[in-house]
Amino acid sequence: MTLYFTDEHEWISVEGGSATVGITDYAQAALGDIVFVELPASGATLSKGGEAAVVESVKAASDVYAPVTGTVTEANPALEEDPALVNSAPETDGWFFKLTLADPAELEGLMDAEEYKAFVATL
Amino acid sequence: MSDEEPAEIIQTLPLDAWHRQRGARMVEFAGYYMPIQYDGIVAEHLWTRAHAGLFDVSHMGQLLVSGDAVDIELEKLLPGDLIGLGVDKMRYSLLLDENGGILDDLMATRRTGDFYLVVNGATKADDIAHLHEYLPEELTLNHLDEQALLALQGPEAVTALARLIPGVEALVFMTAGAFDLDGVPLWISRSGYTGEDGFEISVPAESAEFLADRLTAQPEVKPIGLGARDSLRLEAGLPLYGHDLDTRSDPAMAGLGFAVPKRRRAEGGFPGAVTICRHFAEGPPARRIGLSLSGRLPAREGAQIYADDVLVGIVTSGGFSPSLQQPIAMGYVSAAHAATGTALQIDVRGKRLEAVVVPMPFVPHRYVRKGA
Repeated sequence: MTLYFTDEHEWISVEGGSATVGITDYAQAALGDIVFVELPASGATLSKGGEAAVVESVKAASDVYAPVTGTVTEANPALEEDPALVNSAPETDGWFFKLTLADPAELEGLMDAEEYKAFVATL
Repeated sequence: MSDEEPAEIIQTLPLDAWHRQRGARMVEFAGYYMPIQYDGIVAEHLWTRAHAGLFDVSHMGQLLVSGDAVDIELEKLLPGDLIGLGVDKMRYSLLLDENGGILDDLMATRRTGDFYLVVNGATKADDIAHLHEYLPEELTLNHLDEQALLALQGPEAVTALARLIPGVEALVFMTAGAFDLDGVPLWISRSGYTGEDGFEISVPAESAEFLADRLTAQPEVKPIGLGARDSLRLEAGLPLYGHDLDTRSDPAMAGLGFAVPKRRRAEGGFPGAVTICRHFAEGPPARRIGLSLSGRLPAREGAQIYADDVLVGIVTSGGFSPSLQQPIAMGYVSAAHAATGTALQIDVRGKRLEAVVVPMPFVPHRYVRKGA
């Protein structure tokens, strides 16, 4: 399992040809209290950089973009009941969706944990 | 009155450093850096509903108007009953354009010798220009830009404030008076923008940190950001200028009949009186309404409102209510669809959310009125 990060504050956990996607702790803190997460349907095709999900905080709606191209295999059912999981466990139980990677080469431009930490420190 | 800074320069308010020291996240709002949140909007919102929250609203414009027949002259611009307003009493009122459109909403307090007006931060420069243009030259208009403004809101606000300033508990909703704290002169009203009991306190800018420190040293009080101020006022059904009120709405459409009393409707004599009085008499073409949404997905400002397939209105404020744990919204719909209980649909990113017209406030007001 390898963990990647994007400059849009998403994380991608990759195992073989499939990946789990969520938003980082930095992102959830910036968004504030999350009250609803609109997730892509199973079977949806996402293209890298395209809209993948919408996070609604008390204050505003924010788009989440697909960090890689792929086909959604599962959206986190727990977020429907308890969207605040994204605040309390953004990088574990608060995952957004799983997908099958279309092009593993897209991962090459992403950050690892150390690089992401350094990136956040500059913000 | 100071010269206005160029729009791109973001100004700081007297409590800027105070907020930053307490971990506030600061954002640009109405040309100033303002605290959007401290611990989180929901926690701050619920704290205010249960205890007392301290809000910095120093971006708002504090104005003094004085001179002969100031009440008669103000009634030529505002549709409220200012002639009949007693000393140390305040009213909610509106600045209007010639068509009856709303230029700003404000609080007007008659004091001994002058009227004290509090107007919105984003509109204060335009308001001052408007007052200069339309008030007679013999009247004096002062912009109190050396005063900060703090609001202490919540059911425990009176306990906290009266511990520091005995006597404030004698004020009732929409009354005001002069007080002092360790020699610092304060103008305090029992009023606010959350639907809770509470106070608004005008304090010299150089003493704002002193007052904020003394207030937040009380166990009931925490500093609260603008984010919770917005969710609290939405639950209270209170419109926000620039969102729920603007020149496209008038007092009848906005459901602000209490701001245009019977005498003023009969006599007119304020901008847009013909249109406004006709709208009150015959009913306005559209009305500001409250909407209770099904599910958990909020509808935001700008979302379109449908009755089946017909576009009938637009959301002007919307969010997730921390107190009710459901999405609520405020908006305008054509009069035929404005009755309580009307089922409507709101378009959010192509989804149609079910909503029903409900009376406002969404959360009951808890003002402390005379005789209560």
